[in-house]
Amino acid sequence: MSKYYSFRILADKISFLIDKKAMIKIGFLALLTLLIFIISAGLGGMPINPLHVLQVFFGGGEDMERLVVMQFRLPRIMVSIFAGMALAVAGGILQGMVRNPLASPDIIGITAGAGAAVVAFLFLFSDHNHSLTVSIKWMPAAAFIGAAIVGFSVYFLSWRNGVTPVRLVLVGIGIAALMQACTTLLMVTGPIYRAAEANIWITGSVSGSSWEKVQILAPWTIILLIIAFLSTRTINVQELGDEVAIGLGSSVERQRFFLLLISTCLVGGAVAFAGGIGFVGLMAPHMARRLVGSSFDALLPTSAFIGAVLVMLADLIGRTAFGPLEVPAGVFTAAIGAPYFIYLLVKTK
Amino acid sequence: MLKTSLSKLTIFILTGFLMVFFIGMSIVFGYTNTSIQLAYEAFTQFNESNEHLIIRTVRLPRALIAAACGASLAITGVLMQTLTKNPLASPGILGINAGAGFAVVLSITIFHISSLQAFAWISFLGAGLAAICVYVISSAGTGGLTPMKITLAGSAISAMFSSLTQGILVTNEAGFEQVLFWLAGSVQGRKLELLAAVSPYLFIGWTAALMIAPRMNVLAMGDDVAVGLGLKLGRIKIFTGIIVILLAGSSVAAAGPIGFIGIIIPHIAKKIIGLDHRWLIPYSALLGASLLLAADIAARYIIMPREVPVGVMTALIGTPFFIYIARKGLSQS
Repeated sequence: MSKYYSFRILADKISFLIDKKAMIKIGFLALLTLLIFIISAGLGGMPINPLHVLQVFFGGGEDMERLVVMQFRLPRIMVSIFAGMALAVAGGILQGMVRNPLASPDIIGITAGAGAAVVAFLFLFSDHNHSLTVSIKWMPAAAFIGAAIVGFSVYFLSWRNGVTPVRLVLVGIGIAALMQACTTLLMVTGPIYRAAEANIWITGSVSGSSWEKVQILAPWTIILLIIAFLSTRTINVQELGDEVAIGLGSSVERQRFFLLLISTCLVGGAVAFAGGIGFVGLMAPHMARRLVGSSFDALLPTSAFIGAVLVMLADLIGRTAFGPLEVPAGVFTAAIGAPYFIYLLVKTK
Repeated sequence: MLKTSLSKLTIFILTGFLMVFFIGMSIVFGYTNTSIQLAYEAFTQFNESNEHLIIRTVRLPRALIAAACGASLAITGVLMQTLTKNPLASPGILGINAGAGFAVVLSITIFHISSLQAFAWISFLGAGLAAICVYVISSAGTGGLTPMKITLAGSAISAMFSSLTQGILVTNEAGFEQVLFWLAGSVQGRKLELLAAVSPYLFIGWTAALMIAPRMNVLAMGDDVAVGLGLKLGRIKIFTGIIVILLAGSSVAAAGPIGFIGIIIPHIAKKIIGLDHRWLIPYSALLGASLLLAADIAARYIIMPREVPVGVMTALIGTPFFIYIARKGLSQS
């Protein structure tokens, strides 16, 4: 019996080759995600037994428990899951495309662009009493536009008879610094009240989630994730290097643009609703690679679940561990993620 | 590029005058209008008028700190670019500024430290930590220290420290206001004592950088050649690293993390005065001081009466330059 499953459909247009062992691991991760999902829905200011949580999901439970779980906790957990998945998969795609495990949406400036756009939005549409003149619902739109503008500027500024991964990353780093400077400028010149608010957003928090947001984020992320999973073989080929990819008949530049587009859209959606949660895009694919190896057919789904788990846990710790004080999830993804990430890098020497 | 020593000396002295000119302008121009006459009187016949007070307690420290930090950051840029063979290396991009910034924010908000002497050491600690992290991470894996790996490791470390800084600020809103302007990189409202506190380290750093210049020339020829010519590679790298930490750490302690000076200046300086580090290091220092002074003067006028942090100014000037080098410089390697 072969070690791999292969799927081919639509006259070989879409194909996968997945390690059987990896599939079992992905199954476990999916279960883990579900488990944390249920536990997380039960924990908080009013602890609820996980069994009761399950009852609530299936339509039962007391009214109070229903309210807490369905209205307060579930939306933010859902946003955590989708944002985590989106960031992790976007990071995985970028790492494959750039052929370097240190690339991530944070580093090439996409997140910083969204951050600058949000701060600009908060300042442009505030009146003298510091209240917004347009609905806060437009903030995700601003974030998305910021992410998209940066994504494309980075791509076109690094164009010079094609885009090489090295140039893409370096230009991205430069643009990221510029975006941070713009954000700082707006924060320093604007009212301090807004600056503190903007800072929470930049750090990344899912505290303001509602079902409305989930309704936008969920289909967006799911569709993009499906597209990403369908294009894994493209990424696999890209990771072999330009010469090999061209030799294998890939249209490298077009695919690179396409991959960047997918990851920008994924990040744009995630940061729009969850803010600039850092390190998930860097860390999750890295952890996934250690679990299932570097073939993207297994790597992307694995990173997606790891990303979801990471953000859910970060939010869970942030809203439960410090009593009445709520710490943004982004603080934990950075505080736990960054040292762990360094440890991984040093260990893989 | 200038060839003869005489022409180099001439341009060196001219740039020196330029720096002095900018220091003068920095003292004279700003929200409160003063004149050269007034500035001169403030030091010779001080009469406690408002203008005199501003010149002596606000403008002068500011100009001196900008000059000192600009010079230091430019020197660190030269040293790091030669050391790592990476045209984009600078304390900002490689995360050293972010590390020092994180350490200082941590000490202000959590440990409530306010001693100026302590600031410098805390800043060195942060800078050193970041430098070690970047070095270890980028030398891991195969292929050695390629420019790409160092740059990526630097931005990862930079991202890490700024996330941590942000985390502290989010959970500690009282401290937020206090450090926001500092974190953006600014020479406004700094006291002369702050410069005095870091000045010994700055002088050590500058002198050491000048002493090491001939060896940097050898190092620039490549590690293999340098070893062949009898250079003790490990020792020289550690020594250079210490200078970088001293200079970058002092700058951050005095003015917050100011980026891009360390990238822009070495490139311009190389174009003007050539690749000999014995000229390049002092010349970059003068040029760096001039640029930071000029950026700081411009920062006062852009959104008058408020001020733009000078770190934002250097980023606005520096990014196009950075992208230009990124498109051009690394494409051969």
